[in-house]
Amino acid sequence: MSEFIRGDGRKYDELRPIKIEAGVLERADGSAYLEVGGNKILVAVYGPRESYIRRLLEPNTGVIRCRYNMAPFSVDDRKRPGPDRRSSEISKITADALRPALMLENYPRSMVDVFIEVIEAEGGTRCAGITAASVALVDAGIPMKDIVVGCAAGKVDDRVVLDLSEKEDKEGQADVPIAMMPRTGEITLLQSDGDLSEEEFQQALALAVEGCKKVSKIQKDALKRKYATG
Amino acid sequence: MIIFKPLRGVKMIYVENKDLVIPGEVLADDDFYSGRGAFKENGKICSSLMGLVSLRNKKLRVIPLKSKYVPKKGDVVIGKVKDVRFSIWDMDINSPYSGILPAFEVFGREKKELNRVFDVGDVLFLRVVEVDEVKKAKLGLKGRGMGKFRGGIIVDIAPTKVPRLIGKKGSMINMIKDKTQCKIVVGQNGLVWVKGDEDMEQLTKDIIHTIEKEAHTSGLTNKIKERLLLEIDGVLPEEEPEEEPVQDDYVELEKPKLQDFKEELEAEEKKEQEAKFMEKMEEFKNKNSDKSISLDDKPKNSLILK
Repeated sequence: MSEFIRGDGRKYDELRPIKIEAGVLERADGSAYLEVGGNKILVAVYGPRESYIRRLLEPNTGVIRCRYNMAPFSVDDRKRPGPDRRSSEISKITADALRPALMLENYPRSMVDVFIEVIEAEGGTRCAGITAASVALVDAGIPMKDIVVGCAAGKVDDRVVLDLSEKEDKEGQADVPIAMMPRTGEITLLQSDGDLSEEEFQQALALAVEGCKKVSKIQKDALKRKYATG
Repeated sequence: MIIFKPLRGVKMIYVENKDLVIPGEVLADDDFYSGRGAFKENGKICSSLMGLVSLRNKKLRVIPLKSKYVPKKGDVVIGKVKDVRFSIWDMDINSPYSGILPAFEVFGREKKELNRVFDVGDVLFLRVVEVDEVKKAKLGLKGRGMGKFRGGIIVDIAPTKVPRLIGKKGSMINMIKDKTQCKIVVGQNGLVWVKGDEDMEQLTKDIIHTIEKEAHTSGLTNKIKERLLLEIDGVLPEEEPEEEPVQDDYVELEKPKLQDFKEELEAEEKKEQEAKFMEKMEEFKNKNSDKSISLDDKPKNSLILK
């Protein structure tokens, strides 16, 4: 693949600048704030706690519940507040992406609530949400096998590129968001939207995995930095 | 981030004691055992929590920085009455699992009205009598000093920081008690009851929060000591603190011994009861004297009404 420069000045395998901060909310058990490109995402984690929704509880393990929500002012045109088809889907896939990493066997009949609030959106919020959510889960002291990380790759102008921005997502031909556990390489989320040949898909997947590994380092630094003093 | 450091010959371990680790971090190769906060996968010991490594006898554990309280038999906890039901109190014990305090643990066979004894919102000092398979905690009041708190404030900290707050053989908590003249009771579920002078209560609260925040740093006992002296006496003493090697070993503080607050509480209770008793006696005497008067002059019923 030749070296070319994308619309926003990035190389094909370059991420947008990322900033993660752990433990930003006082009253939540765990929290994280993440900025990637123009995205601003705040995640709060509560739990493990007793739940009043009895039917969701499992007798042998804890359960996770996610809510992804976009603020009305997070996009250019005002978004109608409240859950919609898209946010319900992302809520579900986020919970599914995080669940394999959790080790809640010691907390049977309990529930972990994850609230993902998108304050500003600029493409790739589902991956950014997963990345921030797992940082918040670690901050809450929830036992996990690994820190799940999300990253997307896609196809723009017939070229496979990493971490699509909003413009690239809208004008591009395909988007492949993934989430994975970087230590074992297990993929916990894989979606694909758009047209990709088999070869292109493989390329995109490999690129996204590399991207995940880079983001994972930033996650880990953010967590260690919080307690590094002293 | 991983420091490659062969320790004890050929056995591979990647971390040192008291290192800060995060979930999924590889701690060691095989040959080590995984304790709490660690798990074994594909012949590697990995951390499952964010916390500090504790290595003893080839057993790797991770002491979490944050965690929720899971009830354990024999623990002493502080709980709040959430609900009063027919024969039990529902207790909030700062945990994902609620506690129940059955009436017979308090009265035995006797039948009494429950909300006369403890009502919603009361804060009690309890012992976990039993934990069933769904982790519901059965609580009891058997034991000295157990019962209802009167007055004071509740400070909440992470349950994992409780051993740190108590210190080795109660060194930290006794020092704070000494200096602030507050009564302090620490529950293993991370709730702390403080009663004393209003200013001192606030100072104690601040100090407890400082300890919680800096629990993973070393030399904390001295730091807190200096702060206490500075805030209460206004000066730092010149005298050289006896330089015993301060072993702020977070890890060794796992099992806190019960502090000696029971006697204080009991003494206070006794005093109160005595006072009540005396009051009652007075009342009784007065009544009797009233009666005797009223009996003497029957028409003066108004006297009784007074």
